[in-house]
Amino acid sequence: MTGAAGNGAEGFAFTPENRAKADAVIAKYPAGCQASAVLPLLDLAQRQNGGWISQAVMEHVAALLDMASIRVYEVATFYTMLNLEPVGRHHVQLCRTTPCWLRGSDALRDACRDELGIGLGETTEDGLFTVTEVECLGACVNAPMVQIDDHFYEDLEPARMKEILRALRAGEAPAPGPQTGRQTSAPASGPTTLTEL
Amino acid sequence: MLSDSDRIFTNLYGIQDAGLTGARARGDWDGTARLMANGHDWIVDQVKESGLRGRGGAGFPTGLKWSFMPKEEAPGRPHYLVVNADESEPGTCKDRDMMRHDPHKLIEGCLLAGFAMRAHAAYIYIRGEFYDEAVALQAAIDEAYEAGLIGKSPCGTDWPFDVYLHRGAGAYICGEETGLLESLEGKPGRPRLKPPFPAAVGLYGCPSTVNNVETIAVVPTILRRGADWFAGIGRPKNTGTKVFCISGHVNQPCNVEEEMGIPMRELIEKHAGGVRGGWDNLQAVIPGGASVPLLPKSICDEVLMDFDSLMAEKSGLGTAAVIVMDKSADVVEAIARLSHFYMHESCGQCTPCREGTGWVYRVMLRLIRGEASVEEIDLLWDVVGQIEGHTICALGDAAAWPVQGLIRHFRPELERRILAAKVSGGGAAADAAAAA
Repeated sequence: MTGAAGNGAEGFAFTPENRAKADAVIAKYPAGCQASAVLPLLDLAQRQNGGWISQAVMEHVAALLDMASIRVYEVATFYTMLNLEPVGRHHVQLCRTTPCWLRGSDALRDACRDELGIGLGETTEDGLFTVTEVECLGACVNAPMVQIDDHFYEDLEPARMKEILRALRAGEAPAPGPQTGRQTSAPASGPTTLTEL
Repeated sequence: MLSDSDRIFTNLYGIQDAGLTGARARGDWDGTARLMANGHDWIVDQVKESGLRGRGGAGFPTGLKWSFMPKEEAPGRPHYLVVNADESEPGTCKDRDMMRHDPHKLIEGCLLAGFAMRAHAAYIYIRGEFYDEAVALQAAIDEAYEAGLIGKSPCGTDWPFDVYLHRGAGAYICGEETGLLESLEGKPGRPRLKPPFPAAVGLYGCPSTVNNVETIAVVPTILRRGADWFAGIGRPKNTGTKVFCISGHVNQPCNVEEEMGIPMRELIEKHAGGVRGGWDNLQAVIPGGASVPLLPKSICDEVLMDFDSLMAEKSGLGTAAVIVMDKSADVVEAIARLSHFYMHESCGQCTPCREGTGWVYRVMLRLIRGEASVEEIDLLWDVVGQIEGHTICALGDAAAWPVQGLIRHFRPELERRILAAKVSGGGAAADAAAAA
């Protein structure tokens, strides 16, 4: 919440469209339990605010949910998906936990460094990419994998990792999922079950 | 081997249509109202008789858990079903497939389980990183509302029932049931002291039951095919089918639904293409997700994949996430990475966990290189024992168990590294580090 990006004192308010979405989210919870909407609303606000949550964002969400500001701050600082500083247009999150590591996640980290010229926790000068290392993303039978923005890219090799980064830089949207042509979580050579149905 | 006709998740890999049309063709939503007409307690009893144990890791009998819910709704205290879809246990990625490829099994399960515990609403708490999965599941929920399968009069019954999807935002601890409830209420996911248990004081202070995705998603099939059918699969007290996730050093990592109690070796060789380099190249397996102690090859040769068999080997079935390491794996770093995971994910409210997980990781880092003294292995054993059982939730235990497994089965390897480091001159630095 420090640095050149400031504390977001420039103010923040949901667009009318997002305000309508926020109201629909709040309606999911019983009357008086509107604080339940804090995570979905912070996520919505982060998307509107270019990928991060400023103090002004938190103040706005707190006011909307009738929560004390401190209650929103402590939520915003607890969850890893809420960015308290600006990130690049594409946030590359490398899974580092044991199942991905056993299958070569270190090589994906090196591929990102070689292709983008940045280390972990850094953002490219053009503001296009931020690379971070994260804990298990829950796609372990498709390891190694990374999350880029909202999507999982699975069964990665370093060369394919670089291709994906180049495609994103060119403004393309590479298809997520397994990058080997494999059917989701089935064995690579084809299912050993569900063949008689 | 389980036959395809006894598999529950017949669209596990998403080859068929995940939508309502495909789901109906697979038998979902068939006679749901008839099942409900048998009454709340009939459903609970059927689930008890099936022997179903919770699929989220702890293996608590599901029907028994449901029976802790009050038999009548007190004024102003509605009951809630909360589905734990925060799948974050390293190695585990089964709920993901159920939500994106067979979502109607989960939604129908919510209705039947919710009805059984006299709830009119279910909240499904999905980890935030599962964005595409949340989109798929929400689409299925919308379909179910439009078709009248849930909502004001689900399947034509007079039991209004809503299903809400709630996305998390990145925190392993929210997979702990009371941490999840805190998070769902809009707070940091810090686990609550128990008692009171959620069945008495849960979501919004009301009676609640938290169940894993797989636990809920198998319920409709159990009710349709009969408790006896489910209980006839597997072994006594370890019944039914189970979706296993096989990752790491196998030729073909995959998810697969198999019979509970299948031998580990058969599971790996039949479905995951075997260990890289052959079975004799196996070093160790973590059989149930990051939290359970690893097992050396000698145990893997014979062990069966169920709750009680793995517990007898001082490990556990956990989430049935099988992480395989061949002889090329650095088993110490593999466990050190898990120690890093628990350090990162500790919520920080209990001192033994907050301080202990970081301490353990720092020692594990030195053990990778052998920069330690042999006595520190005993000190590490002692310290993890002081974390275990001394925290509000089981994260402290989960941080201790992988390290205990490593020391139990790989102490000679730890000592070999220490000796090698001393011989090569790293010993002085290690002694200094140990003294510091």
